[in-house]
Amino acid sequence: MYAWLLGLDFITRAILAGLGIAILAGPLGSLIVWRRMAYFGDTLAHSTLLGLSIALLLNINIYIGLITVSLIVAGLLAALNRQKWLASDAVLGILSHTTLAIGLIAATAIHGVRVDLLSYLYGDILAVDLQDIAYILGVVLVVLGLVAWLWRWLLSATIHSDLARVEGVPVELTNWAFIIMLALVFAVAIKLVGVLLITALLVIPASAARRFARTPEIMVVVASLIGCVAVLIGFWASLSWDWPTGPAIVATTAVLFTLSLVVTRRHA
Amino acid sequence: MQQSAQLLVEAQQIGLVIHNKTILEDINFTVKRGEIVTLIGPNGAGKTALLKLVLGLNQPTSGQIILAKGLRIGYMPQALTVESLMPLDVARFLLLSPRANKARCDQIAEELAIRHLLSSPIQNISGGELQRVLFARALLNEPDLLVLDEPAQGIDINGQAFLYQLISTMRTKLNCSILMVSHDLHLVIAGTDQVICLNKHVCCSGHPAAVMQNPEFINLFGSKVADQLALYTHHHDHHHDI
Repeated sequence: MYAWLLGLDFITRAILAGLGIAILAGPLGSLIVWRRMAYFGDTLAHSTLLGLSIALLLNINIYIGLITVSLIVAGLLAALNRQKWLASDAVLGILSHTTLAIGLIAATAIHGVRVDLLSYLYGDILAVDLQDIAYILGVVLVVLGLVAWLWRWLLSATIHSDLARVEGVPVELTNWAFIIMLALVFAVAIKLVGVLLITALLVIPASAARRFARTPEIMVVVASLIGCVAVLIGFWASLSWDWPTGPAIVATTAVLFTLSLVVTRRHA
Repeated sequence: MQQSAQLLVEAQQIGLVIHNKTILEDINFTVKRGEIVTLIGPNGAGKTALLKLVLGLNQPTSGQIILAKGLRIGYMPQALTVESLMPLDVARFLLLSPRANKARCDQIAEELAIRHLLSSPIQNISGGELQRVLFARALLNEPDLLVLDEPAQGIDINGQAFLYQLISTMRTKLNCSILMVSHDLHLVIAGTDQVICLNKHVCCSGHPAAVMQNPEFINLFGSKVADQLALYTHHHDHHHDI
């Protein structure tokens, strides 16, 4: 496997990494829009920059830093949502931009040493190295396995959490598993599309897939396919016109989303 | 016979305090096998909060709720809003019940007259249809106890009568108990074994005929309501001037 990866040129590797993330965007993006958690996802994504800076400052593995900070932020969100006087979107707004601001300060403080700030904000998919790809492939396998295993619980808890609890679904566990999966995906996707755009890569393909699907599973598969198409077209546009790759991919998803509205309107 | 019936739920001196606010205090009641217990009370009386304690979704601050061993509950929540971006038809929603299979889904759908809805997106059906779908989902759990939170809310009067008829039929068929919150006293009171009138504490409880003559009930709902309801229990022990 490793030897095979080694033999690939850097563009093929980058495309492979992008496709890995696009495949995960199908199930996770669908769950995010079904649960109205797009803003939550954004907050988690923003907090990863802080995780990255902390990891670099402490000189530990960046993935450990990314995932740890994501989980701490998710825990904070869960705790803050239990109080009543601050609405949950205000809580998200505060945490989202606070972590982003502190992350930017911390990243700038060590700028010039190892961090290219822009590449983490907008992503730099062509800079992925073999280790990154190995992590992405690992996360793809783990997350797809978890999603398949927990799928029924994830659906039940999404539709009505109290009803799911009464029917014996471990809803807390399921919700945390979902958050951990998101944190894992953000951790490996940040290098590719950046903290500012990663939520879009999850949410837009899922929204585009909605009109082609009659069941949750079909929506997930179509969303993954749309994500993959966007990665390929985005890459091509990026290489042809020297556009930044992450934004090119996200812009492509937006075009595909618009097309999905036009095409399905004609059918309806 | 009635006295030897199995206790399914026994609430002992339940208290619930959330954010320093007393929601429930000193609640005692029981639900026996086969019994229909109706919770009534004004808004904010803690009816839904009490149901959630019975369902185990919340823990009481004081007191305890004892459930019969192996008790299986079918729960019908007050509302269901499925995000419109989620493609989900009625059949799939029913099949998500852990005990459901295709044959039982079809059978229950037939009995509740929702078979024609099975392939409809769940966001597209009417309020009355959705309540029947939720009731079907509760039944699919093969319950000993049905917990229904305002089952007929948002339905027109004909639909309400139809739904309560279905609830009553299915209870007899499955020989289960029912604990429900309902505002439709005129429709449910005749079939109810026990009314619990709640306003943070239990104002009064017992057989509907007795409860309606209780001063606390009249105080809470007004004598007019009490009089009107008396008609439905068929205790013609007094005259109405019309």
